[in-house]
Amino acid sequence: MGLTSKTTGATQIITVHSDRIDAAMAIQFKEDMRAETESNANRVVLDLSDVQFIDSSGLGAIVASMKQLGKDRRLDLAGLQPVVEKVFHLTRMDTVFKLFATLDDALTAPEA
Amino acid sequence: MEPVCNKTCLELSFPATETEASAGISQLSAGLAKRGLPPHKADDVKIALAEAINNVVEHAYNGVAPAKVRVTCRLDQDRLDILISDTGHPLPGCHPPDGTPASLGTRIQDLPEGGFGWFLIHQLTNDIWYERRDGCNRLSLRFNFESTR
Repeated sequence: MGLTSKTTGATQIITVHSDRIDAAMAIQFKEDMRAETESNANRVVLDLSDVQFIDSSGLGAIVASMKQLGKDRRLDLAGLQPVVEKVFHLTRMDTVFKLFATLDDALTAPEA
Repeated sequence: MEPVCNKTCLELSFPATETEASAGISQLSAGLAKRGLPPHKADDVKIALAEAINNVVEHAYNGVAPAKVRVTCRLDQDRLDILISDTGHPLPGCHPPDGTPASLGTRIQDLPEGGFGWFLIHQLTNDIWYERRDGCNRLSLRFNFESTR
């Protein structure tokens, strides 16, 4: 699947190196996210710039990744392509996650 | 997995596994774009098609050896019809689910991680039609082009 991670201050940035997060890779994604987020950063920003497609299984895996963080940590999403944003919007998951147009936006946003 | 096609039809058949489905969905999307599917409908079609095919993989062939999924697309001037057929279990009640999504609730820990597939299909299509015939599921999805969503 391919995730890379770097930490800036209290924020961990995880970049998805895949053109899709779909049913075929949802379980792997969830497991990889669990491994990457063992660092305990308070805020995790998931950079989805490379992701050109997501289905409801992929969406579920991102939701599961947020739950894995527990209630004191947060998962924000950045760089959503139009089709990815559409899936979040239709399912109203855009009201649950903080979405940022770009990774820079996510990093310069005042932290809540 | 070579598609059989002419100007307005596209047909693809593949084994009902997650990996084959993933590749098949990409191939169908690319094929439809090449045959003139209006770009503003491309995302809607890809999302709905993926959800419908994933349902076959996950549910129709649940507990039985997965056979094939056959997808036939017919592209007209003003609409696209997609027929998805398989030989798996029939839909419960022989009827497509209403697609009411699970409530998002108020607590992160209670958020649903699934159950959005049929909801998305309903949201993105203009018509859904299903029949069980001769041991086959036949699900048709229609996308009209004049309406911009």
